[in-house]
This record gives sequence, C-alpha cells and structure tokens, in this order.
Amino acid sequence: MNVDLHTKSIEQLRNTYSHVEKYVKGNKPATRYEEATFGAQSTTNFHYRPTWAPDYELFDASRTKVILDDWYVLRDPRQFYYGNWTMTRAKQQDAMEASYRFVESKNLLDNIPTPVQKLVCDVILPLRHVAWGGNMNNCNIAAIGYGTVFTAPAMFHAMDQLGVAQYITRLGLTIGGTEVLDSGKDAWINQPHWQVLRRYIEDTFVIEDPFELFIAQNIALDGQLYEMIFESFVEQHLTSKGVSAIAMVTSFINDWFKESSRWIDAVIKIAADESDANNKLISTWVNKWGKRAQSSLEPIAELAFSEESQMAIDSSRSKMNERCKKSGLTIK
Amino acid sequence: MSNVFIAFQANEESRPIVDAVIRDNPNAEVVYSPGLVKIDAPNSLIINRETIEEETGRDFDLQEIHINLVTLSGHVEEDEDQLKLSWDH
Repeated sequence: MNVDLHTKSIEQLRNTYSHVEKYVKGNKPATRYEEATFGAQSTTNFHYRPTWAPDYELFDASRTKVILDDWYVLRDPRQFYYGNWTMTRAKQQDAMEASYRFVESKNLLDNIPTPVQKLVCDVILPLRHVAWGGNMNNCNIAAIGYGTVFTAPAMFHAMDQLGVAQYITRLGLTIGGTEVLDSGKDAWINQPHWQVLRRYIEDTFVIEDPFELFIAQNIALDGQLYEMIFESFVEQHLTSKGVSAIAMVTSFINDWFKESSRWIDAVIKIAADESDANNKLISTWVNKWGKRAQSSLEPIAELAFSEESQMAIDSSRSKMNERCKKSGLTIK
Repeated sequence: MSNVFIAFQANEESRPIVDAVIRDNPNAEVVYSPGLVKIDAPNSLIINRETIEEETGRDFDLQEIHINLVTLSGHVEEDEDQLKLSWDH
C-alpha cells in the first residue's frame, strides 16, 4: 500500500474580530496593538448618567470641544498596548539598574562637589511632585477622555510619570537620604520660586476638557520643562561642568521624553488636521498654556542656570513651538 | 534574471519587518504558509532599518531580524542601516 503525505494549508476566512476589522487596512491580520486597542471603547447602553456629571454619558466624546468624526484616528506611532509597553519599560529599567550599579560602585554621586550636589537637589528634587501632577492629569485624561486609542496611552503615560517621580526620588535618596526628599517637598510647598509652577499644576487639576488637559500637561508644560531641565540642565549644563553621573541616573527620563513626544505630536497633528475648528482650538490652548508654563518655569531657570536663564527659557519655548508648528498649529 | 529570497517565522515580531520589505521592494512577492513568510524578489531585495523603525515606531537594531530569520538566498551585503540580498558578486 502506498501512503501519500502532503500538507494542506487552510486559508483563514476572517483575519480578526469584526470590531477591529474596519480599522485594519487591506484585510490583513490585525496587529496585537490593533486588537488590543481598536473598537474597545464602550459606546452604548450606559443606562445611567454619572451622578457627579449628569450632563454627560459615562463615556462621552462631547466632554471635549475637539471634534473628531472617529476617535480611533488618533493612532499611537509607538503602537503600545499593555504587553509591549511593560516589556519596553522593563528593558529600560534593566538599563537603569546597570547605570546605578556603575555609578554606585564608582561613588560617582558622592564625588560630585557639594555646591553642585546642592544645585542638583534644589533644581531636580521638587520635580518629583511635578511628575506626580503629570500622573494625576494623565489618569484624568484616561478617565474622562474618549476612545481607547487615546485613553490607553494616556494611562501608560500616567504610569510613566510615576516612574519619573520614582527615579528622581531614588536620585535624592542616593545623594543625601530622606532629608533631601523632605527639603525638596518643603521647597515645593514653601519656596517662592516653585509657587508659580505649583499653581500651574494645581490649576490643571481642574481642567474639565480632557483634550485641553492633554495640551496643558503634555505639551505646554512637559514640552518645555523636560527640554529645559533634563536636556539643557542635566545633559548639557551639568555635563559641561564635568558632572555626567546625574545624566547617567536620569537617562530614562530623557529617553522617555523623546519617545513619548512622538505620541503627543502625532495626537496633536491628527486632531488638528481633521478640521480648521480643531486646529484653531488646539492652537489657542497651546498658546495660552504654553505662555503660562513658560512664565512658571522662569524662576526655576534662574535657579538652575543663574545668568544664562533667559537663554534656557527661550530655547525650550522655541523647541516646544517647533514641535507644534510641525503638527500644523498656528503658534504666536 | 534570478530570484533572491528571505523567509521569516510568521509571528508578531517579524510582521513589521515583512511590511517594511514590502514597502521598500515593490517587486517582491510574499508567500504566506503556515508558520512561515517567504519573500521572493527578482535580482535583489533590500531591508532598511529606517523603514522598520517607521513601522514599529521605535528604534530597531537590524541584528534583531536574525531572531526570526529562517533562511535566505543571495549574496548578503549588510551594515547597520540595511541588509541587501543580490547576485552581484
């Protein structure tokens, strides 16, 4: 008897779920990102309106003045879903641990001259409270925003902000123990040059439009703050003084800032491209909050750069403006 | 004219690579079979790091393709930015 073995491949009729299908071009199998994100927003059968905001449904696109025909256009270019986001961060955490081991084994932080150590603590330590504010605000965007494609990365961003706060905390603990954290908090609450920024953060807590909050926190404030402190102050100013250990133990913050900027810029660009009204609205927000953020950062620039502060302020503002112009906004 | 080809395991990691190859090589023909994606192209085939980075939205080390690379044919010319298969030598 003769037995013939041969393989037969069976072509799948459907490549993904029907609620994902309409967002995938060309009847291809959907990526994990697409399956985890698209069509996941609850849209109907909410039954009751929330008692704390009876004007809206539980999930309601009209909470923001930005109007999009379909919120799933706001794709994240990093294509993060829970799985690959955690894996990416875990890898970065490993790299940071290696940096810390190196810095600690060579006593690099202890060898920094005391006045520079003090400068680092004065400028960077209160920023853990700023990052916590960023965490709160992005949580809020995730809670009241619309469309999983927009709210899911906002939640990742919120947790990343906590990570930033933790790395700053760890830097403080390594340099000077819990006293440094206490004096950082004291400066945040009591020192006059932090109060303008603190007021900015507290005012953003009560912004009711999730997209405006996104602008005020993620581009207007963070777009200038991270540019000024972690790019200019840590990477350039301190490094030019021969202190590069700080850049080593904060490298995640810088990498994360650059990486997440791609997401933030993409969201702004897509939303602004959809209509003139959106473009005008978002431009107004960027101008309004960008200007306020700039003036709230001025006292901190003086603290960090002393006589070169104006230059640092101008350069971080213009970098933020450049990003917004690239996204098609009208910047004054 | 003869073909070069490259084949990857069919999985989530190799998908952006395959998509990048399709974008960069309009003449390439992709054959999906169970567990395997084989890409044939007349004369030469190029894999660009930059295109993969656009697909994935993150930095990509071209060496990462070897994790899912099954087989290839053609003379290999390789640096950090691209991998080229051809019969030029």
